[in-house]
Amino acid sequence: MSQLSSADTETPEAAAPEIDEAREAVLADITARLGDGVVGSHIRPGDDLWVRVDRANWVAAAEAAKAMGYRFFDFLSAIDWLPSPFGRDMDSQEDRIVSGTPAKEPEAMVQGYAGGESRFQLLARVYSISAGMGITFKCDLPDDDLSVATWSNVYAGANWHEREAREMFGFTFDGHPNMINLYLPADFVGHPLRKDFPLLARRVRPWPGIVDVEPMPGVADEEGEGE
Amino acid sequence: MTAVSDPQSVAALAAEAVDNRVNLDFETEGMTLNMGPQHPATHGTLRIIARLDGEQVISAEPMCGYMHRGYEKLTEVRTYPQINALINRIDWLGSFANEVPFILAAEKLMGVEAPPRAQWIRTILFEMSRIANISLFLGDFGLQLGGMTAGFYAFRDREWVLNQIESATGGRFHPNFDRIGGLKDDLPKGWIESSHTAMDKLLAFCDELEDLLVGNEIFQARTRGIGVIPAEIALSYGLSGANLRASGVDWDLRRDNCPPGLVYDKADWKVWTHPDGDCFARTWVRLQETREAAKIVKQLLDTIPSGPVMAKVPRIIKVPEGEAYVATENPLGEMGYYVVSKGDLVPFRVKIRSASFNNISIVPWVARGAYVPDLISILGSLYFILGDIDR
Amino acid sequence: MGLVESGKLPQPLAKLLNISRKYSIWAYQWGLACCAIEMGAAFASPRYDVMRLGVIPFPASPRQADLVVIAGTVTDKLAPAVVRLYEQMPDPKYVISMGSCANCGGPYWDSYSVTKGVDQLIPVDVYVPGCPPRPEALLEGIILLQERIAHEDMAERWKGEPIVVG
Repeated sequence: MSQLSSADTETPEAAAPEIDEAREAVLADITARLGDGVVGSHIRPGDDLWVRVDRANWVAAAEAAKAMGYRFFDFLSAIDWLPSPFGRDMDSQEDRIVSGTPAKEPEAMVQGYAGGESRFQLLARVYSISAGMGITFKCDLPDDDLSVATWSNVYAGANWHEREAREMFGFTFDGHPNMINLYLPADFVGHPLRKDFPLLARRVRPWPGIVDVEPMPGVADEEGEGE
Repeated sequence: MTAVSDPQSVAALAAEAVDNRVNLDFETEGMTLNMGPQHPATHGTLRIIARLDGEQVISAEPMCGYMHRGYEKLTEVRTYPQINALINRIDWLGSFANEVPFILAAEKLMGVEAPPRAQWIRTILFEMSRIANISLFLGDFGLQLGGMTAGFYAFRDREWVLNQIESATGGRFHPNFDRIGGLKDDLPKGWIESSHTAMDKLLAFCDELEDLLVGNEIFQARTRGIGVIPAEIALSYGLSGANLRASGVDWDLRRDNCPPGLVYDKADWKVWTHPDGDCFARTWVRLQETREAAKIVKQLLDTIPSGPVMAKVPRIIKVPEGEAYVATENPLGEMGYYVVSKGDLVPFRVKIRSASFNNISIVPWVARGAYVPDLISILGSLYFILGDIDR
Repeated sequence: MGLVESGKLPQPLAKLLNISRKYSIWAYQWGLACCAIEMGAAFASPRYDVMRLGVIPFPASPRQADLVVIAGTVTDKLAPAVVRLYEQMPDPKYVISMGSCANCGGPYWDSYSVTKGVDQLIPVDVYVPGCPPRPEALLEGIILLQERIAHEDMAERWKGEPIVVG
């Protein structure tokens, strides 16, 4: 799609070798440390490494990463893979006009890189300054038991991130020292980042920017042009 | 002291109340001091609940969320260009810098690359927003420590940069100038020359401020040796940017892991570190960074290649399925977007890794044992933007 | 002040009081979000210099303030603090709602945590639109407010429509 890529900075996919030896080695190291704990992985050469571990090995993964020199804590969050029950567009009229299609049937749940089996997946990233590489960890949480051991004893910065994940997704982090709400008022009902949490303002009122998608008078609608 | 309304906070307070009946020598009782949500030293609606023994802080717990606007949820119902307009407002002092990592993440997933001219201008504007951001920090930090004059100087000279950003992008504050595949527009006529002038003014401002503030004896007394953060602690909390470099970690995403689409390797500049890890070191590193940013801008201004500023991208942007994390060295530290796309007009999930959130989560650790006036120095020097904490 | 608030003041005296109120507005800065920086630029920078209009932007507490500028996003969590601040201010008091977030929710119109307009909480005298408004727009809002104060009849105080800048 890019016809104008410059000579000296190529896209990472093109410049990097097909097999990323450094990341393969990191993955082999993690697998050696965790054994069967690693249940999935994905490498995009020259770019990133995803490792999915099982729930029992979630803290062990952090400890292994830290022992391997991944001492910089990036973030911890989660992904709700449930396709939004409100449709992709949350019933917003505007999106239907743009895409030109009627509201779609809900899609099947498809997890991203490194696979997955459950609706909720933890997502955490650590980084090694000396190696210049990051690892993105994922971990499936079964729907009936959204609890996992805390990372905050390994990476102190995980403390706040876990508090955020708790209120946004409704997880519990066993052993967390201070499991109170970070952002939301204590009487807030629901977990906003779950896909089935509705944005009520969108349901009572169509998108007010709807005028933007009407063609300007006298301007032909040309496909394929940049803005 | 404000009453604590939140039942959960009350429980947290009660749990630590035992520790508060502390000082056995003087048999004093603990005291809870509430700062905020509106307090001049927190520049934003951060609330700190500090438990004191006399003048000493036993524990300080930031209570955030007063500016929580739900970016991560809102990104799930907005198209990519709409998100670009929204995320300007996360770190509102360096707005343009917020757009770049998101656009780069989307470009990575789409396999699009901006033309060289756009990359140059992007980098220049990125550094300009760094200057706009950090120059206000330098003034504001002086203001918090009682040196009002620095604040006026910062507001005065910051306008030079804002003028340049405005004349190029049309927005003084929230440019919304970056596009997937390039930039909205080319530079206006005469912009390069006027930018050189503005950068000279800023370099003069840095010298002025170094004399006025950083060299000031009272300022040094209030910042040297205060709030020391060792490198190992800083890493495990995920501190980034100048806060980390002030602890002696020589790491800058602009140099070490620069995502394609920014041209920092085309300029000659230096990453500054400081071994002390105290409030003074953090200020000093930021001051040097402002200078380096001005230098980068001046060098890149002279080497802007000609050509288009927009690659060929479809009019309606659909990002192919995939996941990508792109982080850049923003004025406040590492800012990254973890974008999960399902091949739709809207992203499936965007995790925003904002720098201030991690930077400020160290406050309970670093404030323990500090004195109340030092708390102001610590908060000020860690430098946060509320929108960047609460998102 | 009871006489003033009852609106039974002799006309010249009321005029004199209005003029003095007009040029001695103590403005409390309630900087919440992005707009706070533009408010800072208007109030604290030499380039815009609000003091030439007779506005003193540095009261130590809301109890000394005549005017509060709500500059930024008001969230549901913050709402009680905004109401408390307003209640602490002595009458006659004025509110400028600065920026789209404070006016109506702005870009966060569909957010789960943002109050869609500070006028749901407290009465607003002047709306300054923009995201964020330029400092000049805030100054215009202050000038319009001053004009209103100059001709204000205390008995009629609450009957006026709000001013919208622009």
